[in-house]
Amino acid sequence: MIDVSSLTKRYGDKTAVDDLSFVVRPGVVTGFLGPNGSGKSTTMRLILGLDAPTSGGVTVGGKPYREHVAPLHEVGVLLEARAVHPGRSAYNHLLALAQTHGIARARVDELIELAGLGGVARTRVGQFSLGMGQRLGIAAALLGDPKVVILDEPINGLDPDGIHWIRDLLRSLAAEGRTVFLSSHLMSEMALTAEHLIIIGRGRLIRDISVSDFVHESSKNVVRVRTPQAGELREMLLAPDVRVSSDEPGVLEIEGLSSDDIGRSAASSGFVLYELTPVEVSLEEAFMALTHDEIEYRGSDSTATTTIDEQERMAA
Amino acid sequence: MNSATVTPVRPRKAPATRVTQRRVALSEWTKLRSLRSTWYTLLITVVATIGFGVIASAATAGRWSSMSLADKASFDPLSTSLLGVDFGVLAIGVLGVLLITGEYSTGMVRSTFAAVPTRLPVLWAKIGVFALVGFAVALPSTLIAFFAGQAFLSSQHIQIAFSHSGVAGAVLGSAVYLMLVGLFGLGLGTILRNTAAGIATFAAVMFVIPPLVGILPSSLANAIDPYLPSNAGAAIMDIAAHAHTLSPWAGLAVFAGYCAATLAAGAVVLMRRDV
Repeated sequence: MIDVSSLTKRYGDKTAVDDLSFVVRPGVVTGFLGPNGSGKSTTMRLILGLDAPTSGGVTVGGKPYREHVAPLHEVGVLLEARAVHPGRSAYNHLLALAQTHGIARARVDELIELAGLGGVARTRVGQFSLGMGQRLGIAAALLGDPKVVILDEPINGLDPDGIHWIRDLLRSLAAEGRTVFLSSHLMSEMALTAEHLIIIGRGRLIRDISVSDFVHESSKNVVRVRTPQAGELREMLLAPDVRVSSDEPGVLEIEGLSSDDIGRSAASSGFVLYELTPVEVSLEEAFMALTHDEIEYRGSDSTATTTIDEQERMAA
Repeated sequence: MNSATVTPVRPRKAPATRVTQRRVALSEWTKLRSLRSTWYTLLITVVATIGFGVIASAATAGRWSSMSLADKASFDPLSTSLLGVDFGVLAIGVLGVLLITGEYSTGMVRSTFAAVPTRLPVLWAKIGVFALVGFAVALPSTLIAFFAGQAFLSSQHIQIAFSHSGVAGAVLGSAVYLMLVGLFGLGLGTILRNTAAGIATFAAVMFVIPPLVGILPSSLANAIDPYLPSNAGAAIMDIAAHAHTLSPWAGLAVFAGYCAATLAAGAVVLMRRDV
């Protein structure tokens, strides 16, 4: 259980986390979602007491992280920026962390096997690929058999095998009743792994919602119609609860009617249709619309807006 | 649920393991020994301390017969054989800086402080482990430098005996000085949290400032000079009484004071700043 309450962090005049409150519950995988630079990593550092909040507070398992006598048993963490000395072997890195808590060497060996690092345990970490580095980070996170697992962008650099491995691992950790909190800037990844979402933009909470509710909320009923008689069809279909928009001549995007309804109406009035397609809004698009709105609403930082715009253009 | 009425509810079992100062020290030992740079730098400390002392002693012995009376009068067999300590200082001080700035530059510090969020035990452990390792390396170095140096000097019968008053203390004290220099570097690194800044500051304090003080008017220079860290510390290697220098153990005590102050400032920074 992670309890973030009115958490605020400023660096100079830049506000990284702005009056953020949410609770991460045990037993489910909770996704922490937001565009790059939205404050996810800062929030995670605040949870661990690596950074001190400007105001507000956060507790893990009922008390501030710093007050736990055996923090590695309470929280296991993988931080986005590599937190490993490249000159040390994977084994010695894990051993040094384990020794702070008196965790046995056997547990270190166990984690090295679990993470699939058996063949490279004595290799200096500086020679690891990004994916191997992530695996080591995950091994370090699980070292103390923690009640809470916090992972910052765990998918980064993993190959498809690794991604599959971590998805299964996270689900099984949650199924054992642990609190699993992972960040990502990719909605599609979250939809596959998480059950609950905390969505932030520019340090503020945008949504605290279950994945299924978010999917439901996002799935607008839009039908795309291509017709040479766009103007007339639009006139006929317009009604108080129907919205019709058009991005290009001869194409209508209709919200509020099913494709069946539109097809029937068009046939009965003798309209010619070239295309009649129900359009699904992807979660990625819904997420970006959400964070984009937030940024425009808040918007004085033009660089952040540009970044989102670019992401959207690339996705389109 | 039924069993709860039969079996008294046990207090929640304390975690089988927890963070203790001794465990953090063991962890710091693992960190120290598992980096190659540690052993390279300690090797340089040993080689420099012994090597330069031996070279200076051998060279002096070699040209003794042709040396001027004035040079012969100012010759000091003890400090000649310990000349290498000033070079060992550079290596062990750099290692002290790296001991903590290496954690900041690599991000390892976040793993370290996630495991030990109270932070200070990490600094105490680094001090303890590095003091032991530093002294364990420094003492044989100064002993070998002394005896090897005297062996060369004895060819001209200008050696000094280990049993001579103050000599054993100076050889032992020189090892303590090397150890303290390492801790001084650790303190600077803890304050500055950056390898380049730490090493530059260390080198400036130990090697650049002393000659600069010589530019000052002599009355002022004579007053400041003995209290400069490197001069205060190096006083331990010179048992002859001089004007404008501290006595050996007083000098070492002053240097220990600088170390303590630097480490204390580092502890404050460590607790206050984000990582």
